[in-house]
Amino acid sequence: MSTVTLISKSEQRRTRRAIIVMTIMGALIITAFVISMNTGFIKLTPLDVFKTLFGYGTAKQELILFDFRLPRIVISVLIGAGFAVSGCVMQGLFRNPLADPGLLGINAGAGLMVILYISFFRDNQMASPFFMPMLAFGGAALTALLIYTLSYKRYHGLLPTRMILVGVAVQAGISALVIVLSLALDPNDFQFVQIWLAGNIWGTNWKFVLAALPWILLLIPYVMYKSRSMNILNLGEQMATGLGSPVEKDRMKLLAAAVGLAATCVAVGGGISFVGLIGPHLARRLVGPTHQILVPASALAGALLVIVSDTLARWAFQPSEIPTGIVIAVIGAPYFLYLLSRSK
Amino acid sequence: MSLKQEQKQELKQMRQRSRPLVASIILIVGTAAVLFGLALSISVGAAKISLSTVWTAVFYFNPDITQHQIIQELRMPRALAAALIGAAFAVSGSVMQGMTRNPLADPSLLGLNAGAGFALALCFAFFRGMSHLEIMIICFFGAALAAGIVYGIGSLAKGGLTPVRLTLAGAAISTLFMSLSEGIQIHFQIGQDIAFWYAGGIAGTKWSQIGIVAPWIIGGILAAIAISRSISLLSLGDDVAVSLGQRTKLTKTIGIIVTLILAGASVSVVGAVGFIGLIVPHVARYLVGVDYRWIIPCSAVLGALLLIVADIVARTINSPYETPVGALIAIIGVPFFLYLAIKQRGSL
Repeated sequence: MSTVTLISKSEQRRTRRAIIVMTIMGALIITAFVISMNTGFIKLTPLDVFKTLFGYGTAKQELILFDFRLPRIVISVLIGAGFAVSGCVMQGLFRNPLADPGLLGINAGAGLMVILYISFFRDNQMASPFFMPMLAFGGAALTALLIYTLSYKRYHGLLPTRMILVGVAVQAGISALVIVLSLALDPNDFQFVQIWLAGNIWGTNWKFVLAALPWILLLIPYVMYKSRSMNILNLGEQMATGLGSPVEKDRMKLLAAAVGLAATCVAVGGGISFVGLIGPHLARRLVGPTHQILVPASALAGALLVIVSDTLARWAFQPSEIPTGIVIAVIGAPYFLYLLSRSK
Repeated sequence: MSLKQEQKQELKQMRQRSRPLVASIILIVGTAAVLFGLALSISVGAAKISLSTVWTAVFYFNPDITQHQIIQELRMPRALAAALIGAAFAVSGSVMQGMTRNPLADPSLLGLNAGAGFALALCFAFFRGMSHLEIMIICFFGAALAAGIVYGIGSLAKGGLTPVRLTLAGAAISTLFMSLSEGIQIHFQIGQDIAFWYAGGIAGTKWSQIGIVAPWIIGGILAAIAISRSISLLSLGDDVAVSLGQRTKLTKTIGIIVTLILAGASVSVVGAVGFIGLIVPHVARYLVGVDYRWIIPCSAVLGALLLIVADIVARTINSPYETPVGALIAIIGVPFFLYLAIKQRGSL
């Protein structure tokens, strides 16, 4: 009796803490959102921003805000959340704190498809905002399937360490192909591809928001709905089977959701890595390992990370912009190495 | 006492499992094959030149004949560079694998390419008009910096430089340096220049470059052969090596410096060529057994042969265009790496 109350009490405390943490992160995101709207090549003061938002701005201010900055900011929030939730699922599924959609070669697969598309069908007038995400998704899914098959061993299930090594090797192969293809491109296309691969949030266009939004709105709630079975999977395969959980089925579904999220984000945001690694880590530090809380907290942390990096990317090297992915890699790689040097 | 005996037993076994006869045959036949490959590499190309002309051009050079000039100025440095660099990558790979007891160790996993790429981007962006040699030297330092960080982080952690840790640290450092150089490239719009410089690889090698790199590479290979006995002992495990009177720290330090020099010098000439250092030592070990006194020289010969052949193929499969030789080797290397990764069992 007493232990039950104790557990529920600590549970309550943790829930309360989580709510506070998430509220603070939400507030930070909104702050960053406002600052990000002010930042850019043409300065807009906060007052201008509010005026424009409520319909009292000049036509030029409206153009800048509604057609250039707002979609970009919305997209950075979406892909931050998407990448982080995808990474959170992968870390949970493989019980490996270093798993990340970028390091597992999913970005590379999506990138290869985009390069193939640009090298062979650039003149084609296909509606690329809708078509490119589909292609990237296909590439990411194929790569994930390949890596999954190669790191699967009968009677042993999925071998996480093998998965990392296989992921790195597949990535090396894909990047060799990318080099061959990109040398054949003309200089304009090359610049476009390079910026895309470096992870520029180049979708300064509401069409991209529309292309990404349904997937993200569908898959993040699905993962949250499944978070209970992720807790069980986290206990280990045998334990989960013992508790009556259909391990292999759940794992396939969740992995598919994670790949879908990562692929969508790569499609609209380019090859941004490390968000899927850092987001869930920060969240786990702050709210603990229960997935019901961890998944939304990761989404918030990822969104915050990307929106801050994107603002920095626009602000630090004015007047030219550097791709957001670069800023994130500069923050993310040292953090990853720190985690690695502490791991056993 | 019994422990010592056990170790002696192990040493004895190692001797039994090495095959000096096979190794000598490989060294002799391999060297002959390398020489033949060099001649073939000089004769094959956009303008086909007969082997007899190659012979006369090398030994009775006549500056008035165009073919002789092509051979002297373009083809010979290229062929020699392929041989030197193939040998350098292979030897640095076998030293790494023996020292860390890590079958997946390969200089390209150390982030060398990304480090050199970063240095290259810096050169192109800020010091335009640097000579080829200066760029090369700066690339070498970039590569050494990246590799030093990866080695350092891998070895700092508890449990040492395991395959997974090496791979991950290398991947992260590569991503970091790649992002930095991409940022510079995009800012200054020099992306494709760099890509060409890099993928061109062996094609544009000049005598002056070989003159600088060759002494370092040859010295590195000789140093590797000199410490090969200690590496054999290290490959049995640190404990065994220590109890047999080895100064493991000293050997490891020399080994690391040797790998850095060999791989850094190679990367600064040819750019992104991976996987030679992974494949060749495995093949050598399969052929000649576990003794590094044989593995290292055989790796040098086989590595030189591999890169010469790959370079010839890269020139001919899509002629008159050149296929990047790094991409070509990756086509063999990636499946090989996958096979090794899947074969790994308990040690992970």
